[in-house]
Formats: sequence, C-alpha cells, structure tokens
Amino acid sequence: MSNYKVDENGYYGKFGGAYIPEMLHPHIEELKNNFRHIIAEEEFQTEFSSLLKDYVGRPTPLYYASRMSELYQTNIYFKREDLNHTGAHKVNNTIGQILLAKRLGKTRIIAETGAGQHGVATATVCALMGLECIVYMGAKDVERQAPNVNRMKMLGAKVEAVHSGSKTLKDATNEAIRDWINNPDTYYLIGSVVGPHPYPEMVALFQSVISDEIKWQLKEKTGSEFPDAVIACVGGGSNAAGAFYHFTNHPNTRLIAVEAAGEGVNTGKSAATTALGSIGILHGSKSLMMQTVDGQIVEPHSISAGLDYPGIGPFHAHLYDTKRGEFYSATDEEAVKSAYELTKLEGIIPALETAHATAILKKLKFKKEENVVINLSGRGDKDLATYISYINE
Amino acid sequence: MNRLKKYFKNKVNTDTLNVYFTAGFPEINQTTEIIKALDVAGADIIELGIPFSDPLADGPTIQKSSETAIENGMTIEKLFEQLVNIRDETQIPIVLMGYLNPVIQYGVERFIKDAAKVGVDGFIFPDLPLIEFKHEWEDLLKKEDLSFSFLVTPETEASRIVELDKNSSGFLYAVASSSTTGSSKTSVVEEKTKNYLNKLKELNLDNPILAGFGIKDKKMYRMINSLCDGAIIGSAFITHIKKNGAASSSIQQFISSIKE
Ligand SMILES: Cc1ncc(COP(=O)(O)O)c(C=O)c1O
Repeated sequence: MSNYKVDENGYYGKFGGAYIPEMLHPHIEELKNNFRHIIAEEEFQTEFSSLLKDYVGRPTPLYYASRMSELYQTNIYFKREDLNHTGAHKVNNTIGQILLAKRLGKTRIIAETGAGQHGVATATVCALMGLECIVYMGAKDVERQAPNVNRMKMLGAKVEAVHSGSKTLKDATNEAIRDWINNPDTYYLIGSVVGPHPYPEMVALFQSVISDEIKWQLKEKTGSEFPDAVIACVGGGSNAAGAFYHFTNHPNTRLIAVEAAGEGVNTGKSAATTALGSIGILHGSKSLMMQTVDGQIVEPHSISAGLDYPGIGPFHAHLYDTKRGEFYSATDEEAVKSAYELTKLEGIIPALETAHATAILKKLKFKKEENVVINLSGRGDKDLATYISYINE
Repeated sequence: MNRLKKYFKNKVNTDTLNVYFTAGFPEINQTTEIIKALDVAGADIIELGIPFSDPLADGPTIQKSSETAIENGMTIEKLFEQLVNIRDETQIPIVLMGYLNPVIQYGVERFIKDAAKVGVDGFIFPDLPLIEFKHEWEDLLKKEDLSFSFLVTPETEASRIVELDKNSSGFLYAVASSSTTGSSKTSVVEEKTKNYLNKLKELNLDNPILAGFGIKDKKMYRMINSLCDGAIIGSAFITHIKKNGAASSSIQQFISSIKE
C-alpha cells in the first residue's frame, strides 16, 4: 500500500522537497530541526487545543443537511469550518504556526493571501499575540476582496499590494518569500500546504483537526467513523488536506478534490491544475503546476481568489498521481449557482471557494445509503459583492 | 579544461569582473551582441540569465528584465539557437544562471548536452538542492567538463560552505548580503561584508570566490576584489542598459566606470 506521509527528505512520492535559494537554507533548517519537537511538547499541545476550543470555537459542528440530502438522494454532512472565528478553516493553521513562531522567538510575521481569509486569520493571531504583521496580497485580490482588506487593517496588519505578474496569490507568495530572504529574523506564516518542506507537512498537521473531529462526530451520528466520501475544494489544498488527513489510509473513503475550472477547463481562463498542469517547481517545492512548454508559470483564472493559484501542494499531487484522490473541477458559474442553492436550501452562504466543492454534487452520483462529508471551508460574507453582481449580469 | 577553469588558472593578480544580464533583454536578438561588447569592453566572465516567470531570488530590476525577456519570446531553445556560433567570435567564459523549472521542462540531460555543444562553460541554479545535484547533475557535468557554482551567504555555516565548495567547480558564488539581487544592503554593511569574505578566505576553499548581489559601482567593485577573487555585477548593469541602451559604446562606458 502506498504511503501518504512525507518521507525524511520532505517528499510525498515524487513531489515536495525544498527547492530554495541558499539564502533561505538557514530559515528552513531552523523550522525543520525544531517544529516536530516543539509541537510534540505537552505545553504546546495544551495551548493549541485550548485556543482552538475557546478562541476559535472548535469543535465545529458536523451538520446533517437534510434538504440537500433530499435533493441529491444521499446523506450529506457539512463540516462547518465556516463557523470558526474569522470565518474559515485558515485559522486552525495560523494558531498553530503563531505558537511555533513565538517559541522560535520571532516578532515579525509575514504572510501571503489570496481571498484574504489567510491574511485575516494571520492578522488575527498577530493581534492576539501582539506581533507585527505584514500581509502580501495581489493587487487584483485587494480589489475583489475589499472587506477582508479592511478587516486586516483594523486588526493592525500592514497590507502590501503586489503589482507583479498576474497580481494574484502566486505573486503575493513570491513577494512574501522575497521579504523572508531579506529579513532573516522574520517568521513566514504560509497559508496552505505549499512551499518548501516542512511547510506542507506542518500546515497539513495543523489542519488535520478537521478530519480528527469528523471521525468521532460521524461515529456519534452513524455508528461509523468512516464516511464513504469526503469532498473539499483545492486551491493550494490546506482545507482538503485537513479533511482527508485521517482517511488517507482508509481506502473505502473516497477522497474527492474539486479545483476551480474558471470559465472552463479548455478556455485558457482556468485554475484546474491537475487537468492542465505538469510536474514542475514553484514556491520551493516540486509539484503539479500550470505552465507553458518552456516552463513559464501560467496565469490562472478563477472567480474565487482563494483558488486562483497555478499549482497544488505536493500532498495532493501525490494523491492524484497514485489515484488515491479523485480530482474534478467546477466552473465559476457552477460554483455561484451552487452557492445560491445551498443558501436557499440550508440557509448557509458559503465562500466562493467552498461553493466549488458543493457544485460537484451536480456531477457525481452517490448512493442513497452513502455518507458524504463536504468540508464547508468558509463563509461567504467576503464574496457578497461578487455573488450579487454575477447574478445581475 | 573549460574556459572558466582556464581563466582562473591563468589569472595573476588582476581583478575579475563577472557581468550578469538577462538573455532576451532589452531586445530578443541582442544576446550575442551584448556578450561580444562586454568582452571587448573588458568584462572577464559573462553570467547569462535564463528568464523565469517567478524568480524568487531576484529584486525588482532583474524581475522586470525577466518579464520583458519572456514577453520578447526568450526560451532555452531560442537561447541555444542564438549561441550556436558564439565560439567563432569570442572566448569569454559564459555561465548560464537561472531557475530549475524551465530546465526540467527542457530536460536536464538534454539541457547540459546542448549547453556544452554551443560552448557554455558553467551553470548557476540557486534553487537546485545539493541532493538533486549529486543525483542528477554531477556525472553529466563531469562528462561534458562543465562547471557548477553553488551559492553561500553570510548565514551559511562553515561546514556547509566547505561542502558546497567541494561540489562546486569554476568558482564559488558568495552572496554578499542576505538579500535578493540588487539589494542596497551590501553597501551599508561593509564591515559585515568584509568579515564574511575574510572568513571565507580563512577556510582555504578549493574554488576561487566571486561575490555578488548589490555591487553597483567602482568603489564596491574595488573593495570586493581586495577581499576575494572577483565581483559579479547584475542589477546595476541591467539598470544602465535599460536607461542608456545596449549599444557597444554604452556597454564600454559602463565597464569603464567600474574598472578604470
Ligand atoms: C474559504 C476558503 N476555502 C478554501 C480556500 C483555498 O485554500 P486551500 O486549498 O489551502 O484550502 C481558501 C483560500 O483562501 C478559503 O478562503
């Protein structure tokens, strides 16, 4: 059986590793040499769990969506990450990493953000800990995710608009990494399961609380820990990694990842990495990414800023490569329609990113008796303007 | 023996100027012209940049030159086409610098063979990890007699410097300050730069040491040459040709301002 854990060199199968300039070598060594024993300490674990409980509001509910279940003739459960403090799963990771940063003695925190959810979650934990916070955000995303920009500012973070390249998440990540090169004492709080080893492993570990809870919650409700399928959207892949984590070695649970097809996989305006990508190196790791035959990274497109990324994390590339994961995509339009449907039927306005996961219900048929868990990665407050203008058009 | 190794073997008490520019910048078809003009003007080594869309180790100047070069249509294939007759015209050592992703798409073995064929002498790929170098690159490079320069920085531990030096040939690339290219950090921390380059000297490394990142004028060029085997100038040259053009007179003027 395949192993889905990272190996000692930081690889998931042939993906992962640390492809970084020498300037970053000491930074990465410091993390690699310290993070495992720091997060294994009892004191760390206690502080982490108590913040997740009392500050974030965990455990998040596992909600049986009866009207959606009725419509799709199966059993649909929503893992309500949208109910976390700050409105998405991102905060699970920022709590973990800020505790790590503190123990490493760092006082200046930098982050990249797409939808602004990771930026808000980072600004939040920096406010909580009294640390300086700088968030890099593509200029295009600053525009389309204005409410989150204002939240970050109110939380005391400095938001740096990035004007290079496609002016989205990819370029924000480049700029954050360059900041880190120039400021060796800084902690880089990465927001997804991407980047050089050990980041993908570390972020997945902090997000694994999602599937940890799904297991006991589902057992309470159905008698079995294991769903027949777990569905999550994939930008870099952190909410999906967290939702899949404890099920990867349980072959009877289907792991279903949904990427953003943008205007359609073959329109040239898409972010469906597994459909369009090939093996390559971006942001310090080897994975699948969208690129030209000459190896230039292609500018992706998605209506959802959080999925507008030309790659996926190495863990997901490995799930795809070994066929353990099933990868699908949903278009801008399918996601928006699904968000309206979910809102009407269940009274839940999902984030645009999340709506890609729910959109897949129109394409996949599940059996009546099957239990399907969909990770509701975030809430849609930040996307209201997009939802309203899309429908009016 | 490749031209780079030969250059350092024959070097006696002179300073060394290695000039970086991005292939395909400012115009797609100026690559060989610029190389020849740099040679005539008195540069000693050429570091030729292969443009990449996401150059993590580069500051704004080289980022923009890379963007322009990609827009102009520069690719590895195109570059090798342009260099096919370069050795009929100049014997200046040429080192290719870039990021791994375009090379992986081209094919590592094919890349090394084609580079050797057109008369390239060595490589710098800052994001190539040592383990992958040993696994995939080392034997191929030996077979073609091509050099490879690893980077070291002021934060690199002594034991790692020695290891990176052992795996390098031609020269070892000393990043002058912990920064991206074109940084102004190098000038303000002269004392720190001095201590660092002196420390490198004391390690009695196998390779000559060239220092780069943020070196932009005669004063810094002199200082660096007094502390190690030579200096690499990139962003300052790109800025110059962006403003004054890449005609041979403009290039001559830049090199004179550094060397004389
Ligand atoms: C609500 C929500 N879901 C999903 C994502 C995508 O990120 P990831 O794939 O790392 O979960 C984002 C990113 O901003 C997000 O805000």
